Amino acid sequence: MSSLNAKIQDVFDEPGCDKNRSKEAKVRKKGCSKPLTPGAAAGGCAFDGAKIVLQPITDVAHLIHAPLACEGNSWDNRGAASSGPSLWRTSFTTDLTELDVVMGQGERKLFKAIREIKDAYAPPAIFVYSTCVTALIGDDIEAVCKRAAEKFGLPVVPVNAPGFVGSKNLGNKLAGEALLDHVIGTVEPDDIGPYDINILGEFNLSGEFWLVKPLLDRLGIRVRACIPGDARYLDIASAHRAKATMMVCSTALINLARKMEERWDIPFFEGSLYGITDSSEALRQIAELLVKKGASPELLGRTEALIAEEEAIAWQKLQAYRPRLEGKRVLLNTGGVKSWSVVHALMEVGIEIVGTSVKKSTVEDKERIKQILKDENHMFESMAPRELYAMLCEHKADIMLSGGRTQFIALKAKMPWLDINQERHRPYAGYDGMVELVRQIDLAIHNPIWSQVREPAPWERAANETMRAEAGAAAEIATVHGFKKFAGATVDDFGEC
Amino acid sequence: MVRILSQTKSAAVNPLKSSQPLGAAFAFLGVDGTMPLFHGSQGCTSFALVLFVRHFKETIPLQTTAMDEVATILGGADHLEEAILNLKSRTNPKLIGVCTTALVETRGEDFASDIANIRAKRSEELAGTEVVLANTPDFDGAIEEGWAKAVTAMIEGITRPGEQARERKKIAILPGWNLTVADMEHLREMVESFGLDPVILPDVSGALDGTVPDRWIPTTYGGTRIDDIRDLGTAVQCIAIGEHMRRPAEALQKLTGVPYVLFRSLTGLKAIDRFVSLLSAISGVPAPAKVRRRRAQLQDALLDGHFHFAGKKIAIAAEPDQLYQLATFFSGMGAEIAAAVTTTGISKILEKVPAETVQVGDLGDLEGLAAGTDLLVTHSHGRQAAERLGIPLMRVGFPIFDRLGSQHKPTILYEGTRDLIFEVANIFQASQNMPTPEALDPFRNREMPDDRHTPPVTRH
Repeated sequence: MSSLNAKIQDVFDEPGCDKNRSKEAKVRKKGCSKPLTPGAAAGGCAFDGAKIVLQPITDVAHLIHAPLACEGNSWDNRGAASSGPSLWRTSFTTDLTELDVVMGQGERKLFKAIREIKDAYAPPAIFVYSTCVTALIGDDIEAVCKRAAEKFGLPVVPVNAPGFVGSKNLGNKLAGEALLDHVIGTVEPDDIGPYDINILGEFNLSGEFWLVKPLLDRLGIRVRACIPGDARYLDIASAHRAKATMMVCSTALINLARKMEERWDIPFFEGSLYGITDSSEALRQIAELLVKKGASPELLGRTEALIAEEEAIAWQKLQAYRPRLEGKRVLLNTGGVKSWSVVHALMEVGIEIVGTSVKKSTVEDKERIKQILKDENHMFESMAPRELYAMLCEHKADIMLSGGRTQFIALKAKMPWLDINQERHRPYAGYDGMVELVRQIDLAIHNPIWSQVREPAPWERAANETMRAEAGAAAEIATVHGFKKFAGATVDDFGEC
Repeated sequence: MVRILSQTKSAAVNPLKSSQPLGAAFAFLGVDGTMPLFHGSQGCTSFALVLFVRHFKETIPLQTTAMDEVATILGGADHLEEAILNLKSRTNPKLIGVCTTALVETRGEDFASDIANIRAKRSEELAGTEVVLANTPDFDGAIEEGWAKAVTAMIEGITRPGEQARERKKIAILPGWNLTVADMEHLREMVESFGLDPVILPDVSGALDGTVPDRWIPTTYGGTRIDDIRDLGTAVQCIAIGEHMRRPAEALQKLTGVPYVLFRSLTGLKAIDRFVSLLSAISGVPAPAKVRRRRAQLQDALLDGHFHFAGKKIAIAAEPDQLYQLATFFSGMGAEIAAAVTTTGISKILEKVPAETVQVGDLGDLEGLAAGTDLLVTHSHGRQAAERLGIPLMRVGFPIFDRLGSQHKPTILYEGTRDLIFEVANIFQASQNMPTPEALDPFRNREMPDDRHTPPVTRH
């Protein structure tokens, strides 16, 4: 456990993170996750976070060393897409029984499980995840993995992020460390080129990276490894030979990006693939970094030409929505980069932003939002669900864009809602993705159900008129009271990105 | 006699089970004004919560004691106390249902006395809130066991003990977890149509039936009322549905003397007839016209539907009682249970399953056994196997996250059985292949069983 503790300290002390840098040394050691309040906590554990980051690696067998719940309650639940192998969607767990725990048979069962998977599926690698119970009973998964790797002649990667060590975010970072320690740099590619890049923190949800990859293809830029979306084990193992890295989901894998820069001299930048200007900016920065690393400077010109062409098409498509969406009010409740990256494009079609969360945004993010919105009042650090519900009930917005966890706050307030976090079913990345997002907003706001669900039953209308005065007061108290349970939940409402 | 094959693999492939604490929380969700509380790390709760939300498409009240590494080593009583007090002050529930997890059970504390201490020490703050404990480690059991333990815990913790004056019309009903919201609604209607007064514990039909309340409610809304649980001892008869409900029914009998009758399943004409006869006997009322009409509809559905079932091979993976419910339904329609997979080998009901073998295992086992069958019957996670095997999937049980309305599908009593027949017959009709000359050519596949190993055409 001591090595895990050292690892956690190391991850918390992240020089690549602006937020972390602004803290005092003592505070920094405690990391970015706030202590949880029993009875008022929400969100996933470190294991959850580690699995989120690694599981989209499509050809790897992911084996969870745990009693049933850790895997049994959570498998096949995310919408990352694969262009080939589907092994990642097959769930493997040692499903420890009481007897296994009491008799200390965990390690042996794990070893056998690895053998069974190797024999039946012959994957290029097996990732083994530790969990609370197996950490508590002292199963040494690193030793088992090492022995299995020697015996079976395939990479068996220990992912040491048991749930009780911390939050989902910490798990994200520990997963990055596992890749650094055991995967990246273990295979030397024979096809290194000057236009090779890595994309970190892109999950290929609903296949959305495939909206962007053709643009890179057109420029002759090759994605050596997209981690983890639609990744193959060998891509990641040879990712250290890329020339530049784009980091998409900043908080999740910043340690990985920084350490790859230190170890293999791969420069990185933080960017976003959401929104038109940001997609352009991302392409531009990729080209610049590649040229700096020795690619031909003519890449810059080609990139600008492509950007101009694609932007023109996208803006033209968006204009079609202006008459339908002009003046509509959007409440944006998501974290980090997404806040400002979609704001600009939404405003371009005449949508008004009545609020955007800046919970996970950096100082620069906030500056950008301020410039775009021209009014600080529209920014909120984190909005309690009670306030969200009140805002929506009073029709201060026409739609809320958020993650799945706040879905029912909107829907039970009979308010249009659009999922823009991990569980969504539509791709929003790149130029076409932004057009799709606006189209979905249009469809959601103008759905004919809203006028139906909001109308009270005819026989209630008359009664309501007289009751309203007294009921209103009571309902308000109940509402306020009701939302207290979410008081601790806001942190996680913003998803992990 | 059915052979029960135990699990021999070390790696479970595509789990069939959901965890035991999830099952307990599910039962607590069927009680009015309740907040289930997982005693474990936050991930235990988060995973269960997400799965519930994916299934029900509702907000689900579920909280965590947020055990971290340090609390796990030092002991979790403080976290448990803090969580209970926080829940009380934030949401003021009528019941807090504590479900333990593998993490805290591996450490192994005396949770019952922890809770007794907390309740004694904080009796003033906790006035008006019951706290009940279900010991539900993830490394044992699945939904069935968790659900039954939670119901037993509520009876033992809340129901007033001792023989009491019986109310002639009052019936206690302890339904198994595999009944849907629609099932509970129909059950209530059926019992009421005999002039009887049912208390259903738990009753998920209030809280999880997808209504839009006019305000935000932090706990469950609807479901069995705490006062009704307290007064269960005044029922004249208890009816348990599913073998796993025997333990709670026995607990009630031991505590209050209320006798119980156990129905293994309420799907299928004969079982329902028995149930209706019992209601008739208790109430002294003959079966009402509406019930008779429903029975006639089921008769007709049996006549119309049996063509589609006869000779079909069915592969089912479900927890024991649901496996029994579905296997008897299918075999009662003339189909054959070609593969049966379940979560545990210890349930007594497995001996009654109409199949040659029952494999204790996972969906990986189902996929291995189901080749050549006509229908897969399991929860939504069976979709990958169905796709790979090219066999249609009928979604049953929990979780069903890729279809809407699973809670509103009746599966028991006359109308539930009728609807199941239609659903299955429609799946078969939708996946029917048109006849082709090649498929019917009598000279095709003339090879004798002995020739099987030397196919005439080499495959490339």
